[in-house]
Amino acid sequence: MQHLIPEFDLLRQRYPAEAASSLVLPCLRRIQESRGFVADEDIAELTAYLGVPRIQIEEVLAHYTQFRRAPIGRWHLQACRNLSCSMRGAERVIDHLCHKLGVEPGQTTADGRYTLSTVECLGSCGTAPVVMLNDAYLENMNAAKLDALIAGLPT
Amino acid sequence: MTGRKLIMTFPVTATSHGLADYRARGGYQTLARALREMRPEQVTKEVLASGILGHGGAAFPAGRKWGVIKLNDGQPHYLCANADEGEPGTFKDRWILENAPHLLLESMLLAAYALQVRHAFVYIRGEFDLPYRRLATAVEEAYEAGYFGTSVCDSDFACDIVIYRGAGSYVCGEASALITSIEGKKGYPRNRPPRLTVRGLYQRPTVINNVETLANVTAIVAQGGDAFRKIGTAKSPGTQLVSISGHVQRPGVYELEYGTPLAAFIEQECGGVLGGARLKCIVPGGISTKVLTAAEIQTLSYDHASLTAAGSGVGSGGMVVIAEGTCMVRLLQILLRFYHHESCGQCTPCREGMGWMHRIIDRIVAGEGRPEDIEQLARISRANDGTTICGMGDAAGYATLGILAKYRDEFDHFILHKRSKFGGRLEVQEQALEQEGTHA
Repeated sequence: MQHLIPEFDLLRQRYPAEAASSLVLPCLRRIQESRGFVADEDIAELTAYLGVPRIQIEEVLAHYTQFRRAPIGRWHLQACRNLSCSMRGAERVIDHLCHKLGVEPGQTTADGRYTLSTVECLGSCGTAPVVMLNDAYLENMNAAKLDALIAGLPT
Repeated sequence: MTGRKLIMTFPVTATSHGLADYRARGGYQTLARALREMRPEQVTKEVLASGILGHGGAAFPAGRKWGVIKLNDGQPHYLCANADEGEPGTFKDRWILENAPHLLLESMLLAAYALQVRHAFVYIRGEFDLPYRRLATAVEEAYEAGYFGTSVCDSDFACDIVIYRGAGSYVCGEASALITSIEGKKGYPRNRPPRLTVRGLYQRPTVINNVETLANVTAIVAQGGDAFRKIGTAKSPGTQLVSISGHVQRPGVYELEYGTPLAAFIEQECGGVLGGARLKCIVPGGISTKVLTAAEIQTLSYDHASLTAAGSGVGSGGMVVIAEGTCMVRLLQILLRFYHHESCGQCTPCREGMGWMHRIIDRIVAGEGRPEDIEQLARISRANDGTTICGMGDAAGYATLGILAKYRDEFDHFILHKRSKFGGRLEVQEQALEQEGTHA
């Protein structure tokens, strides 16, 4: 994470002086964006940089579902399985993705291209079913649209 | 037929979320006038006079929350907009973040002025991408135009703002967990007292309001609290952004003046039930509010008193329309899986109870339900109520008890016959078949 420290120093200036501990989540997010996951050495370095207890960072990593301790596929498909999405076809969408990619939710394809996850409500119920592709929301999804999208992804 | 509007007052275009368009609509004039002509306590007085209730789910009067903050007490105060929109069925705050970010910022500046806040926060859920980018751009625009920083609108009022992104935790939408999260820790709710307005973020007096609640402040200050109070009903002043989804013809976000007839709104404004199916029930305000049957909503008007009298609530404005033929056992399974997944694990009744309920409903759906399971679900629901730090376990119980009370026969049928009375369906049947056809 050393290359991110100048950026973290700037971030710090936006926070009130007493709020150094607040930087744990934003710093972890940037580390994950940069490396793809949070590695052991990142935890040690962030502990030293922020001066917070290591346990605080470990707890944050365990509590929040968006943080990862291991790499995942290049394309992360996260399908919502909550109420409104299920009422508009999410279960069929998830079945289709499992079948198409040959994985169960939580798994990555052998070639490292795709990771499939199921997630709870993404706050996009009016355009259900919703699947996230990395950071982007794909709305009003169905099997045919997903097939076309996946076929169009760069190799 | 949905009444007067306070938030969705302009046509959404490719540029309507930007600063130039917002200014052309009169944006930031209320702030400039307030800084010139009003003292901070006068702003709070208007919010109190408006009678506005919190729009995040608990419907606590915002003015009373603000009134707890003591001005000139020699310590920093904090303001947080709660944009951790995650109650299933709810996507209304996202409309404001995407389409009217400057309205939120102007309102937060008014709130910060009223409450002597030097640093304000927007806590936005980690998955929101476009809403975050729109808001972040708006913040940069506002800084450049002199609306934030050491001299807001060339006055001696100073305010900075930080957008704080969550990382995937439903419970962080609860105000005390949100604060713990901004402190850079795992999102555990805290016991009250002390109230957050006394000891909140970093142990300082802190006001946390829902995005929509805050977004109304500009209109309240612009027209005065008394004028605002004339909109809506006597006990529910103003409007509510309702996000409607599920088996409905035209899902989306609608602004309803409180007092609007509910059944007509769904039938006419939203086009009724998908595929012309008949209405079975609705979730009125996020899945933590009790379902209301088609018969129950026929005469209801959309406001807090009416929905509370009907045994449910306005909640977070997340309405889900459920068609006849939907299996309520499978529907409850989705809700209980969700609550189990999101329980933070701090309090025993919720940590254990959510797991028990999830396993019991899974057993029923697997055709291995036992006759005593229904009473067991109800018993765990009741045992959770009021025994935990936050309201998540309570809410799971309310949702469960509501469905069990109104659709008990479906549970009896599932346990007795080892299968769903409605084929386990969650989708409207015709639509499912039609989509199946296009996929083949």
